[in-house]
Formats: sequence, C-alpha cells, structure tokens
Amino acid sequence: MKVTSAGELKARAARSGEAAVIAAIPIVLALIANGILLAALGRDPFSFYGDMFERGLIDWDGFQESIIRSAPLLLIAGGLIVAFRANLWNLGIDGQFLLGASLTAGLAPTLLDALGVWPMLVATMAVAAIAGAAWTLIPAILRGRYGVNEIITTLMMSFIGIGFANVLVKGPFKTDVGGVARTDVVPFDERFPLLGDTRIHFGFVIAVAAILAVHVLMTRTSLGLRLRILGANPRAALHAGLRPAGLTVVAFTISGALIGLSGAVEILGVQGSFRADFNPAYGLLVIPLVFLARLNAIGSLVLVIAFAVIQIGGESAARQAEITSDILFLLVGLILVFMAVIEYLRARRGLRMRFVPPEVADRLRAESGAEAGRAERPAIGAGEIGSR
Amino acid sequence: MSDLLSEGFLTSLIAGGLVAAMPLLFASLGELVSEQAGVLNVGLEGYMLFGAYLAFVIAYNTGSEWLGLLAGLVAGAAASLIMIVLCVRMNLDQIVIGIAIILLAEGATSLLHDAQYAESRPSLGNPSELEVPVLKEIPVLGEGLFSQHPTLYIGIALAFVVGWMLRRTSAGLSVRAAGERPEALDAAGVSVAATRAWATLCAGALGGLGGGYLAIVSAGTFTPFITQGAGFIAIVIAMLSRGKGPWTIVGAVLFGMSLSIATALQLIGVEIQTDYVQMLPFIVVIVVLVLFARRSYLPSALALPYVRGER
Repeated sequence: MKVTSAGELKARAARSGEAAVIAAIPIVLALIANGILLAALGRDPFSFYGDMFERGLIDWDGFQESIIRSAPLLLIAGGLIVAFRANLWNLGIDGQFLLGASLTAGLAPTLLDALGVWPMLVATMAVAAIAGAAWTLIPAILRGRYGVNEIITTLMMSFIGIGFANVLVKGPFKTDVGGVARTDVVPFDERFPLLGDTRIHFGFVIAVAAILAVHVLMTRTSLGLRLRILGANPRAALHAGLRPAGLTVVAFTISGALIGLSGAVEILGVQGSFRADFNPAYGLLVIPLVFLARLNAIGSLVLVIAFAVIQIGGESAARQAEITSDILFLLVGLILVFMAVIEYLRARRGLRMRFVPPEVADRLRAESGAEAGRAERPAIGAGEIGSR
Repeated sequence: MSDLLSEGFLTSLIAGGLVAAMPLLFASLGELVSEQAGVLNVGLEGYMLFGAYLAFVIAYNTGSEWLGLLAGLVAGAAASLIMIVLCVRMNLDQIVIGIAIILLAEGATSLLHDAQYAESRPSLGNPSELEVPVLKEIPVLGEGLFSQHPTLYIGIALAFVVGWMLRRTSAGLSVRAAGERPEALDAAGVSVAATRAWATLCAGALGGLGGGYLAIVSAGTFTPFITQGAGFIAIVIAMLSRGKGPWTIVGAVLFGMSLSIATALQLIGVEIQTDYVQMLPFIVVIVVLVLFARRSYLPSALALPYVRGER
C-alpha cells in the first residue's frame, strides 16, 4: 500500500469536494428552472419536488425501485466512460443494449430448462456481453484502421441492432402465447436472486462491481493509461509506441460488452421477457450523467443513483400532478446546458488550473493574471477526453 | 412475385417513399451545410421536433399549411440559436450540447402537447397537392411525382441550389473552409464564428422545415416523439453525401422508400416485417463503408471548436 501524507489526503478530499459542488450546481439550477416552468403550467413546484423525493428516495419501496432502475444505467455509464476516455464516441448504445436484452430474453427459457438457474444466468450474461461487443467491432475497425468517423457508424449499427433485436423477438424467439409478440417469460423465481429481504436484485451488485472495475481499469492499470493517452492525443500515442488501431478495438469491445450486459441485467432483473418494440432509450439519458461526472466512474456511480431517484420519483410526482413524465427529459436537458455554461465560466476564470497543485496554480495565477482571463479551450469533452 | 412489379405497388412505393423522404431531405440538406462548416448538429432531431410542434400549432390555428411550414422553419432556426451561442460562440462541446437540445425538445414539445391537446387530439385536414395536369397521367410515376405537396419541388430544387452554392460561390468556399481549415479562413479575414453561425442557422431552419413537413404533410398531426430518429438518419445521409447537395436526394429517397415499402407491400397482400426493411439501407451503407472506406471524407475540423492561435 502506498503511503499517503496527510496533506495529500486533504488536498484530495478538497478536490473531490470541489468536484461534488460543481456537479451539484447545474442540478440545482435545473431543478429551479424546471420549478419555474411547473409554476407557469399551474402546478405547485414544491409539492412536485416533495412528491419526487418522497417517492424516489425516502419511501423504502420507492428507493428500492430507484436502486433497481440504476443497475442497467450504471453498466451503460461504465461502458461509456471507457469509450469516451479514449475519445471514442460510442453513440450506438440503444442497439447494443437491445441486442443484449433480446438475446438474453430469447435464450433464457431454453437454457433454463437445459442447465438450471445459475448456469443460465451466467451464460445469458456472457452472450449479451459478447453480442454488445461484437456490435461495436465494425465501427471500431473502421475507425482504427481507416479513420471513418465512429459517430455515424455506431449510430447506423444502433439502428441495425434495434431492428435485429425485434426481428429475433418477432421471429425465432417469439412465444407461442398470443397477444403482442414477445419472448417466453422467465419465471420470477428463476431470475436474479434478491438481496436479503429487499426487492433489489443481484444485477445491482454486478453493476456496482462493474463500475468499480472500470474505475480501477482507467486509473490504476497500464491499459487504462494507454486508453487515456489515446484519448488525449492519438498522435502522441503513436509516437509513444502504442497501437491506436488495436487500442480503439479494445476500448470499443469493453464499452460494448458492458452495455450489452446492461441489457441482460434489465431482462434478468426487471422485465423477465422482451416485448416487441421495447426500447427504454437509456442511451441519451446516461451520456449527460457521464459527462456531469467528468468521466469519473465513482462520480457517475453517485450521479446515476441520484438520477434514478429523480426518474422514479419524478414519474410518480408527474402522475400526481397530472402532467406527462416526459418533463424529466426537459430536466436532464437543462442540467446539461447549465453544466456546459458553468464549465465555460470556470474556464474563463482560469479555475481550470485544477490539474496543477494549488500552490503552483496560485503562483501562476499571480504571474499571468491578465492572461488567465482570456478564453481558453473549454473543459467539457475537450478538457476531459482531449481534442481530436 | 409478379405482383411486385404491379402498378399499384410501384405507385404506392414511389408516392409513399417521397412523402417519407422529404423531412429527411430538408434536414440532411441543412445538416450538410453545417457539417461543411465544421458544426455537427447532433441536435438535428431536436430542431425537427420543435419545428414539427410549432408548425402543427400554427397550421391548426390559422388553417394555413404554408404559415405552418414557415413557423416550423422559424422554430428550428430558433432552436439552433442554442447551438450557435453555446458551441460556435462559447466553443462548448457540440455533441454534449446536441444531446441537450434533443432532450429539451423531447421534453418541451411533449409537455406542451400534453397541456394543450392531450384531450382533444386534433388533426389537420388532408394536405394540398399540386397536380401537374398532363404529367400526372403518366402510369406509375405520375401519381408519385406529379401529385405531391408542392414542397417536393422546393426541396429538390434546394438540393441543387445548395450543392451549387457550396461548390461555386464564395460564400460556399467560406463555409467549406470553416470546416476544413478554419485557421486559413481566419487568416483570409473572414470570421469563422459568423460563417459557422450562419451554417448552423441553416441546419436549424431546414431541420425545422423538415419537422414541419412531417407534422403537416406526412402525419397531419403532432404526437410526442414524432420524429422517431429521423434526425439521426438525416445526419447519416448528410455525412454520406460528402458535401454534394444532390446526393442528399438519393440518400433521402433511399431511406424514405425503405420506411414506406412495408405499407406498399401490404397493398398487394405481402406481409413483411417492417424491421427487416428498415434495417436494409443501414446494412447497405455499412457494407459499402467496409468495402470502400479507405479514407475519411468528413471535414477535418468537424465538431472541433476553433480557437484562434491554437495549433
């Protein structure tokens, strides 16, 4: 174990404290703006938020539901962090998620009969992870070898993945029971076991373990360092003797595998079967959270759970206030905008020097007071995962 | 199988395909201009949603579909101001802000729709059609091409005009320079920020118009999330067009037909899963990319903020 001095610990605590405050400001501002909007629509914002926190956080049933909701989101967040840190835009989340989910739902009933509960759980999760990873392979190779923009290719693969998942569910995996096309239901007792007396399923444990593993991978291993170098400056990575093409595939594979796994967790923990045209569209909601956490795995663990509380509580509060729960999209959008503006203001004020030790920053600030005010490259994306 | 070539099927495929293609055409044209200038509008879907909503509200309340389409254009342009202020002026990350715009649009339009029309669920009448007298009688092609909403011709003309402007005018040169070598444009004394701002406004306006078309002509009403990923398809079409305006027509018609082919097949009694058909164009594009993608063909400064003096 490395010996850390008290001063270093204090500095580290101060840094994470600062990060927490900076992550909290946009959320608070967005809640206020959203509250004004609610008032304009003739709803009482205080009772809305009261309901929201009552249902999502304080009420034990509701809180368990929030935790359950956070499990797939955490896995997606972990997957995105690996890709985004390497400056690779994996925007094909929904396709990877749904493929993992449909394969899990389709194979689970058969595997259950053949193997029993635990082997089935392990096998379906493995299949889902492999499918998610495989789905990123073409974008990864095209990006790594030929420099084809991965935003467009992952988006296209996502559309294909969504279609393919539905083809599977309406075709080979379709249940014989009539009604809407869906897969056979995995009996409740043969899904993930529950933790103690709670309704929280084992998938949450997997998700937390995965996000901690991502944290260790990105901050404590040589692979993580190489991925971050690739993200910060691909040319420098090449000069340092790294192989950008190979690293691109590795980053995408890990990213896709975690997102595919999240599909399995959603099925084995919550849904039990895959209905045709099921698409919770988690992708667009998790990306903001990951950025808000500055691509830090531990930070996103906190933020994802907080978001799940807002989502579960918000759905219930929206019902109470007789308003559509789509208002939550607005809330997340506002959080993103406020976050961006705050980053901009911080960059302008030169506070961006958080990367240098405080004493050095103070000295630098005193010397170049005028220069610090000049617009610098913004921090979101650019500061965290480097520019392309 | 001979039914596949029957007149009814082909007529319905062409007519339906073009109706589905128009929103994609408008949106991808706008995105094309903006991408050439180095701004990636991930929020295109958001512009379309705002456009669709306002277009519907205005058309419903005034009874004029042209005012509605104009309103859609204005709404999209207004939404792109967010992008201009935050990304072009403040140089914030274009992808993050684009996602924010989508979420804001989804939330805001759904909320407004819910508050105003959730009970009544009104819809507009049938859209007007411009019938070209003699040509309309041509079998198969006639109904598809010459009995459409007049915006069809505007859209096709616009694709050629945009293509010509990008290639042959100095404004087009500035736009391409802003995406390819912004520092050169800056050195030449043209404002990179202003060029990119106008190009982004273009994407907003045309995206909004596409959304308006979707609400007024295709659907005849507004429902939350009406765009269903059309904005992302339009981004793909714009990127594949490699800066050439007329190619957006090809892309939009290809994807439009794949969206409408299932309906056409039902007419002749063939039941096919829509999922297969809708995946098809994406699979084709991916295969083409795998076979022929030996180089990147996007503007080199795409999605990168321009900061004077930075390398």
